[in-house]
Amino acid sequence: MPVVLEHLGKRFGDGAPVLDDVNATIGKGEFVALLGASGCGKSTLLNIIAGLEPPSSGALEVPSDGAAFMFQDAALFPWLTARENIELALKLRGVGKADRKAKAQELLELVHLGAAGDKRPHELSGGMRQRVSLARSLAQDRQLLLMDEPFAALDAITRDLLHDELERIWKETGRTIVFVTHNVREAVRLGQRVLLLSSRPGRVVQEWAVTEEHRTDAGLAGQLTGVITARLREEIRRHAK
Amino acid sequence: MPSNPTPLAEASADPAEPRHIHAALTRTSTGNEDLRELESGLDSLQSDAARKNRIDWSRILLPIAALVVLMLAWQFYVSLGLKRRDLVPGPLDVAAQVGVLWNEGKLQEAVWTSLQRGLVGFVISVAIATPVGLLLAQVAPLRRAFGPLISGLQVLPSVAWVPAAIIWFGLTDATVYFVVFMGAIPSIINGLISGVDQIPPQYRRVGTVLGASRLEMALQIILPAALPGYLGGLKQGWAFSWRSLMAAEIIAVGGTIGFGLGSLLDQGRILSDMTVVMSAILLILAVGILIELLVFGPIEKRLLRSRGLLAGSTR
Ligand SMILES: Nc1ncnc2c1ncn2[C@@H]1O[C@H](COP(=O)(O)OP(=O)(O)OP(=O)(O)O)[C@@H](O)[C@H]1O
Ligand SMILES: [Mg+2]
Repeated sequence: MPVVLEHLGKRFGDGAPVLDDVNATIGKGEFVALLGASGCGKSTLLNIIAGLEPPSSGALEVPSDGAAFMFQDAALFPWLTARENIELALKLRGVGKADRKAKAQELLELVHLGAAGDKRPHELSGGMRQRVSLARSLAQDRQLLLMDEPFAALDAITRDLLHDELERIWKETGRTIVFVTHNVREAVRLGQRVLLLSSRPGRVVQEWAVTEEHRTDAGLAGQLTGVITARLREEIRRHAK
Repeated sequence: MPSNPTPLAEASADPAEPRHIHAALTRTSTGNEDLRELESGLDSLQSDAARKNRIDWSRILLPIAALVVLMLAWQFYVSLGLKRRDLVPGPLDVAAQVGVLWNEGKLQEAVWTSLQRGLVGFVISVAIATPVGLLLAQVAPLRRAFGPLISGLQVLPSVAWVPAAIIWFGLTDATVYFVVFMGAIPSIINGLISGVDQIPPQYRRVGTVLGASRLEMALQIILPAALPGYLGGLKQGWAFSWRSLMAAEIIAVGGTIGFGLGSLLDQGRILSDMTVVMSAILLILAVGILIELLVFGPIEKRLLRSRGLLAGSTR
């Protein structure tokens, strides 16, 4: 099991706990969508899994080589071209100079950006930047890929395309993906499993399996989306005064 | 690219297919090829076409026009005859004096001596200030300890070091260089530190996620990310070293110290020759402007343009 979370808790300073008693298990090669309202601690949880922040309590098991991470804004380095951004990830991973070039080109082709490698981030559209960012996180070559609302800032057409793209790449590369989102449709569209995180404190309160039928039958998928949305709203309403 | 509008229209506006009702819930396109075409269509729609690069004449003509206006105003003022001509010489008198200095070879000697000292002093300052600045910016206790001192040194006019330097090093080049260092090093360090402070925290997180070591983080991520601020520090550092150098040359004359622009200025004062004084001042100014125009300006412009930071500025 690449990721096991046991009674995980997190609080900042002496404020109220952001995460409390989070339990989850994520299998190898699984695509899990982590769903929750804004501010419920999704990013915090992902940062803990990535090792960017320590948990306050509980235990977690993650792959020993760490995780690749894709941020909400592409977070590309503006002084490097698309290709150089990817090459930097390869370099920091320890890939030799000779291999870097070929590997970077291969990754650019994988996200259908073979011809845009020499452009700077500011010359790319939002969707292209996210694809470069995706290629960079794939360059890390970790089994586990953590994605923090990577498509939240994109327009609907581009986002739909990137969903297809991500699904294709997931199938091609066999990664384990934890995909954070506050968009129910996106969670159902992508995840094999959808975990719902409650707010204040954050805790996994329910999970749904998304089957192959849901993927081919739009009606069924719409139904599941409705059920999850209702549950999410209930969770948010709990905090109404 | 030839592919764009057709696949886009197919995928999103074909009413015969039921999957479009819930486009975001199920797959939007059918195959890898379709996907690639759609994407390249969107890419070419969304990224802007390359801009043309041509010479902007207003950039050259406007400063020249401003210069001509200033010269005319100066000449006009002098020709009113309000002040004695030997106290306030006109532009033509000064130009004649520059010609004389040139023929004597004094001008070339002074400019070359000063420029060479300024550049050598500046380069050494950069070599010292860069590692120190990076270290201070990255190591919090060091920063807390020395930060206020460095900021203070930047405020202290480096001329204040001239008497001390003369006592320590006598009338030698060491005095001049010492004063230049005390002017340039703190301001380069400060520029680098403030450049590092302005780096978006996201960059460090990306570096950590990508597995950068401390040294890799400093050299591959922090330094390039801080480059605009660092360049600002370098510019200021050059200005400070040039000013300090002139101050040192004016005060410390004789000994084994060579003949620089500051020395020329001081000579003009001793001879009470206002045309020499004005020539020296204008030469000092001209060197400063030329370095800015030929060195820092282009570097800065390139740097900002490559990061997409130049759009909409009045440069
Ligand atoms: N470094 C921090 N210090 C103090 N509080 C923090 C810190 N980081 C996050 N928080 C708090 O933790 C809570 C959860 O934040 P987090 O960013 O994990 O939420 P999120 O679910 O990712 O929200 P969003 O959907 O807006 O991205 C918020 O209330 C936030 O104020
Ligand atoms: Mg977040």
